[in-house]
Amino acid sequence: MKPRRFDYVRPDSAEEAVAVLAEYGDAASVLAGGQSLMAMLNLRVAEPAVLVDIARLKELDYIRVANGKVEVGAAVTQNQLKDWPELGGRLPLLAAALPFVGHFQTRNRGTVCGSIAHADPSSEIPLVLAALGGEVVLRSQRGTRVLAAADFQRGVMTTARAPDELIVAARFPTQWTRGVAFREVARRHGDFAIIAVAACVEDRNTLRIGIGGVADRPAVQHAPISVAADAKDMFEKLAQELEGYDDLHASARLRRDLLRRVGPVVVEEALRCAA
Amino acid sequence: MRRVNKDERTRISFTLNGRAVSGEAESRMLLTDFLRHVIGATGTHVGCEHGVCGCCTVLIDGVAARSCLTLAVQAEGRAVTTVEGLAAPDGALNALQQAFQRHHALQCGFCTPGILMSFTDYLARNPHPTEDEIRDVLSGHLCRCTGYAGIVAAVRAVSAGNSKQPS
Amino acid sequence: MNVRSQSSGDFLSQALGIPLVRKEDPALLSGRGRYADDLPVASGTLHAHVIRSPHAHAKILKIDAAAALALPGVAAVITGEDVRQLTDPFLIALKAPVHQWSLAVEQVRYVGEAVALVVAESRYVAEDAAELVQVDYDPMEAVTDPLAACDKSAPLLHPACKTNEISVRKFAYGDTAAAFAAADRVIALTVDYPRLSFTPMECYVVVAEYRPHDGSYDVLANFQGPFSTHPVMAKALRVPGTRLRLRIPPDSGGSFGIKLSVSPYVVLAAIAAKITGRPVKWVEDRAEHLAAASSGPNRITRIEAAATLDGRILGLRLDQLEDYGAFLRAPMPGPLYRMQGSVTGAYDIPNVEVTNRIVLTNKMPASLIRGFGGPQLYLAIERLVQRIAVELGLDHLDVIRRNLIPAEKFPYRTAAGALYDSGDYARAVATAIGDGRLDDLKRRRDTARAAGKLYGIGFAAVVEPGMSNMGYLSTLLTADARERAGPKNGAVSMATVNIDPLGGVSVSADVTVQGQGHQTVLSQIVADRLGLDPADIKVTLELDTAKDAWSIAAGTYSCRFSPGTAVAAHIAATRIRGRLAGIAANQLNVLPDDIEFADGQVRSRSNPDNALPFGRVAGTAHWSPVMLPDGMAPGLSETGVWSPPELEPPTSDDRINTSLTYGFIFDMCGVEVDPVTFSVRVDRYVSMHDAGTLLNPLIADGQVHGAFAQGIAAALYEEFVYDENGNFLSGSFADYLVPTVSEIPPLEILHQETPSPLTPLGAKGMAEGNCMSTPACIANAVADALGVKDVSLPLTPLRLHALMAGKP
Repeated sequence: MKPRRFDYVRPDSAEEAVAVLAEYGDAASVLAGGQSLMAMLNLRVAEPAVLVDIARLKELDYIRVANGKVEVGAAVTQNQLKDWPELGGRLPLLAAALPFVGHFQTRNRGTVCGSIAHADPSSEIPLVLAALGGEVVLRSQRGTRVLAAADFQRGVMTTARAPDELIVAARFPTQWTRGVAFREVARRHGDFAIIAVAACVEDRNTLRIGIGGVADRPAVQHAPISVAADAKDMFEKLAQELEGYDDLHASARLRRDLLRRVGPVVVEEALRCAA
Repeated sequence: MRRVNKDERTRISFTLNGRAVSGEAESRMLLTDFLRHVIGATGTHVGCEHGVCGCCTVLIDGVAARSCLTLAVQAEGRAVTTVEGLAAPDGALNALQQAFQRHHALQCGFCTPGILMSFTDYLARNPHPTEDEIRDVLSGHLCRCTGYAGIVAAVRAVSAGNSKQPS
Repeated sequence: MNVRSQSSGDFLSQALGIPLVRKEDPALLSGRGRYADDLPVASGTLHAHVIRSPHAHAKILKIDAAAALALPGVAAVITGEDVRQLTDPFLIALKAPVHQWSLAVEQVRYVGEAVALVVAESRYVAEDAAELVQVDYDPMEAVTDPLAACDKSAPLLHPACKTNEISVRKFAYGDTAAAFAAADRVIALTVDYPRLSFTPMECYVVVAEYRPHDGSYDVLANFQGPFSTHPVMAKALRVPGTRLRLRIPPDSGGSFGIKLSVSPYVVLAAIAAKITGRPVKWVEDRAEHLAAASSGPNRITRIEAAATLDGRILGLRLDQLEDYGAFLRAPMPGPLYRMQGSVTGAYDIPNVEVTNRIVLTNKMPASLIRGFGGPQLYLAIERLVQRIAVELGLDHLDVIRRNLIPAEKFPYRTAAGALYDSGDYARAVATAIGDGRLDDLKRRRDTARAAGKLYGIGFAAVVEPGMSNMGYLSTLLTADARERAGPKNGAVSMATVNIDPLGGVSVSADVTVQGQGHQTVLSQIVADRLGLDPADIKVTLELDTAKDAWSIAAGTYSCRFSPGTAVAAHIAATRIRGRLAGIAANQLNVLPDDIEFADGQVRSRSNPDNALPFGRVAGTAHWSPVMLPDGMAPGLSETGVWSPPELEPPTSDDRINTSLTYGFIFDMCGVEVDPVTFSVRVDRYVSMHDAGTLLNPLIADGQVHGAFAQGIAAALYEEFVYDENGNFLSGSFADYLVPTVSEIPPLEILHQETPSPLTPLGAKGMAEGNCMSTPACIANAVADALGVKDVSLPLTPLRLHALMAGKP
């Protein structure tokens, strides 16, 4: 279980990084925390010609608040964000979800943006980003563009990132802090979720619900609070729409049944939290 | 910009347990292999090479990390701490190691170095963890021998000892 | 537990039986262990990587290694044809044309089967080269389901056998037909025990060297024994045993039965060394380990009881179909026969019929695993006892107690021939429900149920065998065949005590290190005999077949340490103590009977001031052999050999005392099934153990905790999953779910000590018990919670979802 050969480059700036990406295109892989990519290299299921190591880029190692959003740079680890003192106040939903992301040891290296880039349909950070209507900031030699989470994640481990683009940051909106809840069902603590449900109250009238692990990407639903009284029906409908999929640990049917059961619990928790 | 081409061997240097070390490796060499087979520091163990079991956990600049998911070249210029760095130079075990012995927190001992390194990091951040916090950190490791009971007891004991010392 | 430190300075009046911390630990805690992959290798050592089959069943048409051999740094690509020319197939326990070499020959029979070996200057290069080896396969139909494999239309794994069901043996003990005729009710159940491993954290490691001057092989491997496999490896290599020197490293990263199966790779690395003319090292990686190392056998048991209306079991019938995967590796089918004598478990059941069937399927070969046949058997018996209670409207615990072997019947000969050495099962159960607070468990159940929750209580009562009779496997053969093959029986244990000229005591023994603290316990045993501190006893357990005393029974498995090797060490130390007493008596001018060993001195019991330092007495034997008492042999080295006479061969009517000691375990637990997440939460778990005299309670509890975690794993998490085409789906630690601390519930341990009358130390085997009891106990609790009959393990969300279909 040893990686194939590859060129390794460690640029000194994001500018250099995007220059390397421009040169190699999809033959390059960006290495940040490496918690997924390195395992794939060891298993020889990934074969990049060049690895672009951005973990040391100071300019991407920041958490800042601007324009009603928390912007997290691409070198920020999951634990850095988890331990950020303002997280609970500004992004309580993300604060609720981060403890479910891998383990202490993997969060020490795994980055927030890396998780978003990896785009596993059951992973927590992309789910929260989608549920909150966040954004992904992409930079290339062609310029910088900002994509809504819903436009960024396209399917199972598939995103809208062009081969020459570097994810430089993710932005999490901070306006919904009143009533949040997050739950997931996983086989073991720290495993990828079989299903995950996130909910937050937008205002007096509406609720946002994010669902991970059931479709090929996070599903987001806006609902009037009034439906929460009958969340069962809503999740029944969602379960049918999203269908679910089979894997070793869960069938599509089990995923739907879990959603039917866990969903209303999460909505109730969010409403209780808001009250 | 640091660059190592795929067909090239490069010299990699960092500090290991406070001492400068260096050796030659390809860009693809894992930090586990570099530590064990280039430097000869075999205390760090390899259990899965896909980041799940935690046997290979070391500190990189004081932060616990899977060395099987780290390239040797990524450690360049860093301070790496491994299990060999825990005991005093005369071999005297530190408080965490002593607690592991006292609470029978190891049997075959293969997973133990990684667990010690995780708690070396964690207890430095949080000297008085709750049992839930201890279990949360320990859940990043697989141990097949102990059923984990002794490990939890050992870390709890160290944490209690921490609280007795003046802060 | 009030543990005792090593080297506390003051001498202990008795070291055995106290919770002494381990002497192994300081090195292991400091990164100074010496595991196989840590040890230096000779200059020029090559590194191997195994190419494995992606198919469950296929003919190998062609292997083209040209591109791989052209890669710089590649020394050889070895294939099944090389192996067929240079080695013989491994011997197996059954007379059947099931030929296995260390690489696939002509065809592959499971995903992960070794097809070729690349040998190169580094592992990295070997893996690069492996990608360049072109293997052409012609896929064939595969069969993974054991019942389907028994069907006449099933694809045959070994066509020369003409069937996949390669052995069927029927056994009758007592008058089972009469018992069933007399029964009020017949209660039947089919249970299915899954495939799993206990995946030691360290994978296999082999370093092999070929010595052409005498045609011998020198191999280092983290092999665990039994060393009955050594002749199998030597025969495969076509050398006498003396030309296969097998050395075991000082430390091993866990085993649990699994590291027996490094043996095919010992042979493979050995011939790779011969072919390349250089030492060859192979370190298995985790993907290989999960797909191809070893698995416990899965078993389908159809069991039925002849019961009276009050729940008394008059007779049992078991039909056990055990699936060994693609090959039957020696010493398989151990799990199917290891429990043969104790097939009636903890119960006084005089009549039993057993049918044992062996089937081969397109899965990785099954072999040794902690519990070794116990988990499969007890899931069947203990689920059946629970069903008897349910179907007869009785209390589960009452049915257990009604059938337990009464204390006054010990030593107790079971229907199938086991001699249960000692026990007081009823007292153990009474203590467990008292000190373990069954009333609290019932209260928790009632409260939970009143709140609409799905809560159940489970029990399991099991007998845990220790130290196997080397003859048990021959029960597989008919009495006539056994007669022709010659008798097999007994179990030999060996340990050696040496004393150096300064009085330093060193011990070696016929066990392999895997983490059980044998060094510590052996030091306790020897220290007690010699009046020394355990810290002063140096124990070295790097078994070397060229230099150490060993027998086919050597190794660490089947709980043979406490009833076996520990006794051998006791014998060796007692003998050497006798010699030292003779020397000291001469020098102190007292009778040998007056000599005592205490506080590092050898002294007169009646006048303790008349004393010599221990080292001085030992020095005499080294420096002045001429001065030794008349008739005393010189030298201070004793090898204790222990071979208990109770381990007789199978009788002509197939009764067999499968093991020497029989401990008892009674477990009870409460579980809650969460209908939202389809998961099981273990609320409380109590485990009562009677393993005879405990040699070191700290280590004993460690073994219980470890086995319990593995029992939980088997009950709820771990399973090797194959699809119907034989594709392997559990190939990483993200798919094969070893529980973390978050999945292991707290465990309350209770002990009772009923010494074994058959071992001088009174100790029984005790390290496997919860692998046997816990899956059954959890299954019973879930059956109780859900009110269901058929409970398949592991109880995953998928299975619970199916069980709860239609429930709110």
